[in-house]
Amino acid sequence: MSDLTRKTAVELSELMTAGEVSSVEITQAHLDRIGAVDGAVHAFLHVDSEGALAQAAAVDSRRAAGEELGPLAGVPLALKDVLTQDGVPTTAGSKMLEGWRPPYDATVVRRLKAAGVVILGKTNMDEFAMGSSTENSAYGTTHNPWDLNRIPGGSGGGSSAALAAYEAPLAIGTDTGGSIRQPGAFTGTVGVKPTYGGTSRYGLIALASSLDTPGPCARTTLDAALLHEVIAGHDPMDSTSIDQPVPAVVDAARRADVAGLRIGVVKELGGEGYQPGVEARFHEAVELLTKLGAEVVEVSCPHFEYALPAYYLILPSEASSNLAKFDAMRYGLRVGDNGENSAEKVMSLTREAGFGAEVKRRIMLGTHALSSGYYDAYYGQAQKVRTLIARDFTRAYEQVDVLVSPATPTTAFAIGDRIDDPIAMYKNDLCTIPSNLAGNAAASFPCGLADEDGLPVGFHVMAPVMRDDLLYQVGGALEAALAEQWGGVLMSKAPELEVTR
Amino acid sequence: MPSITREEVAHLARLARIELSDDELDHLAPQLDQIIGLVGQVSEVAADDIPPTSHALPISNVMRPDENVPCLTPEQALSGAPAAEQQRFRVPRILDEEA
Repeated sequence: MSDLTRKTAVELSELMTAGEVSSVEITQAHLDRIGAVDGAVHAFLHVDSEGALAQAAAVDSRRAAGEELGPLAGVPLALKDVLTQDGVPTTAGSKMLEGWRPPYDATVVRRLKAAGVVILGKTNMDEFAMGSSTENSAYGTTHNPWDLNRIPGGSGGGSSAALAAYEAPLAIGTDTGGSIRQPGAFTGTVGVKPTYGGTSRYGLIALASSLDTPGPCARTTLDAALLHEVIAGHDPMDSTSIDQPVPAVVDAARRADVAGLRIGVVKELGGEGYQPGVEARFHEAVELLTKLGAEVVEVSCPHFEYALPAYYLILPSEASSNLAKFDAMRYGLRVGDNGENSAEKVMSLTREAGFGAEVKRRIMLGTHALSSGYYDAYYGQAQKVRTLIARDFTRAYEQVDVLVSPATPTTAFAIGDRIDDPIAMYKNDLCTIPSNLAGNAAASFPCGLADEDGLPVGFHVMAPVMRDDLLYQVGGALEAALAEQWGGVLMSKAPELEVTR
Repeated sequence: MPSITREEVAHLARLARIELSDDELDHLAPQLDQIIGLVGQVSEVAADDIPPTSHALPISNVMRPDENVPCLTPEQALSGAPAAEQQRFRVPRILDEEA
């Protein structure tokens, strides 16, 4: 493996600035790595070699001309396939959009391009971001680079697996109920869900509009912060975008100091159902933060136990509405248009053929929850639970600066293990969902390997709305302390992948 | 909370415009019944005096300046269409011959 693929985005940037390596060389090294290992990992759905090398060459020319470039200019990135990129196939992991090439860039993509970030290609994901394992992609399962028989988490398993397989130093995910943080935890990488509205949803193929949040994925906290700074900020194209300055996330990641910070351990996110090795690493991390000067207390958030049922009413309700546009009329798949079927029949045949099992399951659930006679009992009640969860957060943040928990109850499970048990699958998102319902910022940072299976464990930090900087402050401190113990970041302990071609 | 029957799932499929096979209905109905059992827990906790939250954050309508800006050309807008004709989306007919 080329040494360049082992480096962080910061290290790559320094090498380019010093003139020791070009963006084209870095990009080619990552494309070679993708060619060598992605047959086994399947992190990518589409690799845009030509486009990436052209972007890299353009950055090299700008640098050679003496232009002052941002810190991530020339650094490669893997993009979740749910964000539109002009002219590049975008499927959201679904047959429904197979072959579709969007005619415009998402705001996140536009900002990445403006910052000179090189987009390598589109990463695999659960169809329309519905899932916790990346087994629901219409294009096949992504494998966890730590153990290829395990899932990488979902729905953004491709983005996190690309990082863990050293196919890209940076990636973009989207988090509706944990789809950045949960795969981050399962692959030993950093995954950040910014404050809802802190990053633009324009050009993001919507799953649940009141929950979806694009965010950064990286192998280190500082790399994630640099990427966060590039993609965040107000966007007039998104009416839910927050018109406030981006929190000082890069400064916070560099400061990495928790002395005097008040940290609340959420009582309800632990105990029964949590893997012992996950709990052990989590508590060790809390002890470490205490040693670094943080003040740690236990905090109760009594309504968090209702977050999962509320989420699995709100998400399908919004999804059933958002996915109504995939009706075979304007783009994507069309089935049964032989002159004998009505428009309505063509829609039904197309949606039957184009959607996978999990998508159908959630559309049915959402249709049921919103149907006459059930709306108040399901959707209305779920929105009230959302109020109670937001109040739990508000009360907690009166006592502490951030809340912490394990990112997931278990480590990555075996492929196929939970695919026929939707409730067991949904429980993967137990710790991550409350932050989506309340809209606050949250992140998962690697905190060690579970004793039982030697797989990564994620440390989950939740911060108030628009205090994303606190995530990086805690994550940076934890990462530095653990790196001292381990002699490097957790990813350096990952097994070598066999080169398949 | 009431459970959901196979017939109700078939009805929902028609409402959602998804043509489900018998096998899918057999598989999906008990799963949906189980999920609805779980999500029904929301009725245990939220009292009448709790206001619903429809959105994570309080938001106000953000208006962009009303200016002419370049937009997609008809060719770009139709580039992903399954069928197009005379710069329009071509869709299946709605009414049959007798209508």
